[in-house]
Amino acid sequence: MSAVVSAQNLGLTFRTNDGDVVALSDVNLTIEKGEFVSFIGPSGCGKTTFLRTIADLEQPTSGTLDINGQTPEQARKARAYGYVFQAPALYPWRTIEKNVALPLEIMGYTSAQQAERVKRTMDLVNLAGFEKKYPWQLSGGMQQRASIARALAFDADLLLMDEPFGALDEIVRDHLNSELLKLWERTQKTICFVTHSIPEAVYLSTKIVVMSPRPGRVTDIIESDLPRARPLDIRESPEFLAIAARVRDGLRAGHSYEEAV
Amino acid sequence: MSQLQFFLALVAGGLCAAALALSLVTPFEQGLLLKAFLALGFLSLIRFFVPLGLWADGAFAVLGAVAVLTAIGVFAPTPAFFWMALIAAWLFAWLFVERLSKALAPGLADNAGLGLLIPIVFGVTILVAWEAITRAGNVPQVILPPPSMIWARITASVPTLLADFQQTFLKAVLIGYALGCGLGFVVAILIDRSPFLKSGLLPLGNFVSALPIVGVAPIMVMWFGFDWPSKAAVVVIMTFFPMLVNTVAGLNASSAIERDLMRTYAAGYWQTLMKLRLPAAGPFIFNALKINSTLALIGAIVAEFFGTPIVGMGFRISTEVGRMNVDMVWAEIAVAAVAGSVFYGVIVLIERGVTFWHPSVRGA
Repeated sequence: MSAVVSAQNLGLTFRTNDGDVVALSDVNLTIEKGEFVSFIGPSGCGKTTFLRTIADLEQPTSGTLDINGQTPEQARKARAYGYVFQAPALYPWRTIEKNVALPLEIMGYTSAQQAERVKRTMDLVNLAGFEKKYPWQLSGGMQQRASIARALAFDADLLLMDEPFGALDEIVRDHLNSELLKLWERTQKTICFVTHSIPEAVYLSTKIVVMSPRPGRVTDIIESDLPRARPLDIRESPEFLAIAARVRDGLRAGHSYEEAV
Repeated sequence: MSQLQFFLALVAGGLCAAALALSLVTPFEQGLLLKAFLALGFLSLIRFFVPLGLWADGAFAVLGAVAVLTAIGVFAPTPAFFWMALIAAWLFAWLFVERLSKALAPGLADNAGLGLLIPIVFGVTILVAWEAITRAGNVPQVILPPPSMIWARITASVPTLLADFQQTFLKAVLIGYALGCGLGFVVAILIDRSPFLKSGLLPLGNFVSALPIVGVAPIMVMWFGFDWPSKAAVVVIMTFFPMLVNTVAGLNASSAIERDLMRTYAAGYWQTLMKLRLPAAGPFIFNALKINSTLALIGAIVAEFFGTPIVGMGFRISTEVGRMNVDMVWAEIAVAAVAGSVFYGVIVLIERGVTFWHPSVRGA
């Protein structure tokens, strides 16, 4: 196994008019190939910033960060990852299939390759039959599925997901979570997943990174020993609840620091 | 029946009754159609006991308009009941449109043809009132000629109007519009590309737009001669800035997430421009195109007031007004209004096709 993401003493400070804000401080983390890693913590703990730093959307101010042994910028230019944002960010002037084909157009795939990949990824996220619809004709859950298809279309090995289901109701969310697990199972991708839901993090992950704010830092890294095949009712099992309790303890430890300030 | 409809119906019927009573002093056979309209209008008061369909009100309005127009000049001097009949006909038209718009309101999109009826009724009402007031009221021609006279002038001077239209609209307006909008667009892209140009060109564009057109037009005539190029130059100056400002704003209309997405694909500047920022700027660019379509016509006509060959809409307006041929001035105004509306309408149609996805177009 080789490290897909490797961060050493990573720090990021935003300079604002009100002074410096430390978004990340001394983050050390290694993510191996094929892992499903969740980042959990209260808002302002830097979990999204860390994901954006991996994606080269933010630049770290200290420490080192390697993606597949490259700098984040090289990795971005090599199209090493697909990014799923909090909002679907589908372009309303494109049909769903054209939206999924957008990265393929930019990366210069032939139209035959585009058609083949669009069909494959649309099937993967169960959106077959909606190719010709426009984003605003679809429900929120379907839009977010389309944005996942778009991130998968060019077959990057790393999938970065920033609270992709945060805006959806719990029923849709449960459904998409179990579909995401199946998808991960089938594609063998490495997934980094930002969330602030404990059950979601425990249900999905092989590794849970607990973070706390001011300054954003990692307080606990939990390796989950749940089996890879996870029916939804695994969430009532004692093993699941034990991991959830440990995550909750980690979050509480972060909060006590906050209350002391 | 709403309160407004109630009062409209009551006043229209009441006016007819009063006018009918006043008209009884004139010989019976004089203005028979007008009297028939007044009698029927009086009878319409039975609607308070037996409901009348909205098409009945439409028929009353049409009958009233025809009766009033045919009765012009029958009575001399114009009696009070003539004016009362005109007002009653207008009230019936109002009532008709009011009821029609209420009936259509739930599914206006499905009734495009009927929806079009409302502005047509509105326009025809204005024309009928204009015709009746100017002719029956003996309004001096120089102040306001009746529409029939303007129409007669239009049909009698088609070759002149056509030559003016070609000179002003097809040459000065369209060419100036294309150049001005195109230039504004290109400069907006240049500005977007370079912060230096942003601080240098944007204030300059602002400065150019602040130039008074009345002052610039004679200068343009010096520079580009008497013919249409000088008018096109004025149009360029007028249309350049709205296009520039709107395109610059539109290029920044895409959201941060949408731009981040392009960055994650390692998309280049031009790819991001073509696939994200220009489509997102579409609604802004079309706003500028719409604003400019009317500005261009105004600019070209006014520019012709300052030196021009003996053809052109602005030239015709300025010379014919000096010769008291006000009907010709109105004929040119009518041509300009129709041309401007069609121009605007065509751009709106293209806009609907191109920015179909925008909430303001798809009605979400």
